[in-house]
Amino acid sequence: MGRITLENVTKRFGDVEVIPPLNLDIDDGEFVVFVGPSGCGKSTLLRLIAGLEDTSGGRILIDGQDATETPPAKRGLAMVFQSYALYPHMSVRKNIAFPMRMASVPQDEQDRRIEAAAKALNLTDYLDRKPGQLSGGQRQRVAIGRAIVREPSAFLFDEPLSNLDAALRVGMRLEISELHNRLKTTMVYVTHDQVEAMTMADKIVVLRAGHIEQVGSPMELYRAPKNLFVAGFIGSPKMNLLSGPAAAEYGAETIGIRPEHIGVSATTGTWQGRVGVSEHLGSDTFFYVEGTGLAETITVRAGGDIDLHHGDTVFLTPDTAQMHRFDAAGDRIAAPI
Amino acid sequence: MATRQTQSLARLMRAPAIILLLIWMVVPLGMTLYYSFLNYNLLNPAVTSWAGWFNYQYFVTDPAFMAAIVNTLVLVLGVLAITVIGGIAIALLIDKPIWGQGIVRILIISPFFVMPPVAALIWKNMIMHPSYGVFADIARFLGLQPVDWFAQYPLTSIVIIVAWQWLPFATLILLTALQSLDGEQMEAAEMDGAGSVSRFIHLTLPHMARAITVVILIQTIFLLGIYAEILVTTNGGPGNASTNLTYLIYRAARLNFDIGGAAAGGIIAVILANLVAIFLMRAVGKNLD
Amino acid sequence: MARASSTRSKIGYTIAAWAVALTLFFPILYTIITSLKTEQEAISGFSLIPSFTWSSFEAVQTQNDYWKPFTNSVILAVGSTILALIVAIPAAWAMAFSPTKHTKNILMWMLSTKMMPAVAVLVPIYLIFLRTGLMDTRIGLTVMLMLINLPIVVWMLYTYFREIPGEILEAARMDGAGLRDEILYVLTPMAIPGIASTMLLNVILAWNEAFWTIQLTTTNAAPLSAFIASFSSPQGLFWAKLSAASVMAIAPILIMGWFSQKQLVRGLTFGAVK
Repeated sequence: MGRITLENVTKRFGDVEVIPPLNLDIDDGEFVVFVGPSGCGKSTLLRLIAGLEDTSGGRILIDGQDATETPPAKRGLAMVFQSYALYPHMSVRKNIAFPMRMASVPQDEQDRRIEAAAKALNLTDYLDRKPGQLSGGQRQRVAIGRAIVREPSAFLFDEPLSNLDAALRVGMRLEISELHNRLKTTMVYVTHDQVEAMTMADKIVVLRAGHIEQVGSPMELYRAPKNLFVAGFIGSPKMNLLSGPAAAEYGAETIGIRPEHIGVSATTGTWQGRVGVSEHLGSDTFFYVEGTGLAETITVRAGGDIDLHHGDTVFLTPDTAQMHRFDAAGDRIAAPI
Repeated sequence: MATRQTQSLARLMRAPAIILLLIWMVVPLGMTLYYSFLNYNLLNPAVTSWAGWFNYQYFVTDPAFMAAIVNTLVLVLGVLAITVIGGIAIALLIDKPIWGQGIVRILIISPFFVMPPVAALIWKNMIMHPSYGVFADIARFLGLQPVDWFAQYPLTSIVIIVAWQWLPFATLILLTALQSLDGEQMEAAEMDGAGSVSRFIHLTLPHMARAITVVILIQTIFLLGIYAEILVTTNGGPGNASTNLTYLIYRAARLNFDIGGAAAGGIIAVILANLVAIFLMRAVGKNLD
Repeated sequence: MARASSTRSKIGYTIAAWAVALTLFFPILYTIITSLKTEQEAISGFSLIPSFTWSSFEAVQTQNDYWKPFTNSVILAVGSTILALIVAIPAAWAMAFSPTKHTKNILMWMLSTKMMPAVAVLVPIYLIFLRTGLMDTRIGLTVMLMLINLPIVVWMLYTYFREIPGEILEAARMDGAGLRDEILYVLTPMAIPGIASTMLLNVILAWNEAFWTIQLTTTNAAPLSAFIASFSSPQGLFWAKLSAASVMAIAPILIMGWFSQKQLVRGLTFGAVK
């Protein structure tokens, strides 16, 4: 079981309120990602759940039990840290065994779980090495192994991939997702990378300045961002946000249109402009169109084989069915166009 | 990580060290302050009375006091000059690629580990002794009259001994600072056409400034308290020629049994040390953030 | 061409550096050489080649009861270091891992106690020792040495502990470790190198302490520093014997010192230079 409920949880550091009263439900078995820019309070929130920080107010329930005052060791949660936080003086085997040793798990059971975890994480050959002799990816796997063997009611991940290089990050992302599919244990995952959030989460919690901006599945956030902040944060490349007359035309203060929802033509379209920089990724091409008469440069996503060059004239047509409208307060206008 | 439980535990863990040092600081210093206002001589302890500022007046107007202050200054400044300049020079030298750097370092650092009485005795008897010392041997070899160092140049002799003890410390710290100098910065300056002298003045010296400050301040703290070297070699003499403040107070307390006077001298020493300490604390405190 | 000139300059630097090093080391070297001479040789002019006799070492040990001050030095240095560590480890741990807004001030204040000139409290300490019967006792001097070095010990440990990432201790907590387990299995093993360095430096400082040891001892508790100081009196002047006693007094600490150069810098500059 791993149901976590936050009721009016508040955190203040001195006079600074980093988390205003906040409510959140995390269901058993869910993969929840806290995402937001740095300083949004997502790590603090995770540490409150872990018990590494005291709450300044409110309650934290784990499986219905009030755990607000429970020390971290007794909450039955496992955490994977950004720096991996492996014990440098212990071998990989001892690192993984440590939580079981603390819980007085019988030796043969310890060995069985270590073997199983090592096999699942490709660490069998490294069990007798020290963390210092491992690569970043291997260290990360040891940290995950150490978390798994506890059989916790929930896993907490604090930006676990941010110290890895891009290629490894994609690999580890898949491994963590697979792990979740296999274990079906609740996972709470903190990241500033919206790609990680989109690819891994069952439920994304977008945070800004300690506030929850929106909670929903990745596709809900993609399709119906509740406000400008979420609209700008979710999706890559970023949604084009246009204001002024172009938005007024659609009865909004700001309109948002994703790069993939803009049609490109050499002859006709809503907006005419010149191609600036274009980025060819092979499968896709992102190009940036200027001189449309709009204040903003427009990002457009097209197929990989499109033949456009710097300075070419193009015509762009937004797909109005996929257009997002926001009012003066930055909130979504729900009514369809 | 600061949870309520760890915080109260932390308070408990800090307490013994803080309380011990608090007692160590307050009680003796308070007693010194108290005694400094008493007429109190161990030879005649029955006649103890309130003295007001008399002890201070007496201590400060004693001609030995001015001599001691001058000697203390000469000792501190002389040793500082030798160790800082020598330390920079030696640090620069052994930072160069040389053969046997490890052994050179060990040889250079060694004098620092020689306890003060031994250092003083070695210099007094092996090196500076007017008939059996190495300096005398050299003088005779050159056909000169050997110098009776401790009789003719008592303070200079002590400066030499103390400088020998502290030169390794200065060298070691300055070398550490030198080795943390960014190699790329040096290369960039070289690319920009800076010669080795201007690189030393504009990059090396500013980089070492902090370490030099630390060396000066820490050595000053220790140099103000030089005692064993004087006790073993000159006993502060001839006359007061090599008596520093520490030695003067020691003499008042232990040889003249003048508790009140020694206490007044102690308070004066505290004030002087504090002037230095304030600067040191600032320099070190910056490193805490 | 460049290579040839750099080799030539390396030779030049090497000669200069060795000349400086040997000059600075010479008084120690000459003492070692003299300790291996006979008394007659020792006063018969400059000579770097002794007759390699151990008689002076034997004489120091038999005639002057060398082992008593030596034992005292060991007891005082080790005892005061252990006492200081017992008090300082928890304090440094608390300040490094559970800092409050006063921590910095407390540390600075501790440092300031180290700056109090010893001679300023000579009078009260001397009187207290006289009246409580602590004069010339090992226990009294051990406590003294502990107190004077406590600030350095706390500081050194603090700078070492601060280098242990807090996340690792948090990981231990998440892994179910209670405070005892955290200290025993995670903190202590990681802190041992730092504790060892601190210990080494403190033993050196305590061994070489020469103000309080001379003031507060006469015979019973006198360590080597006080014992050697007594050699300055005329009846003790035998060059070879004096050298042998000096060599024995400094040899252990010299060797320890060679292994602690790095820690020395950190400890004596209170972490200001690393």
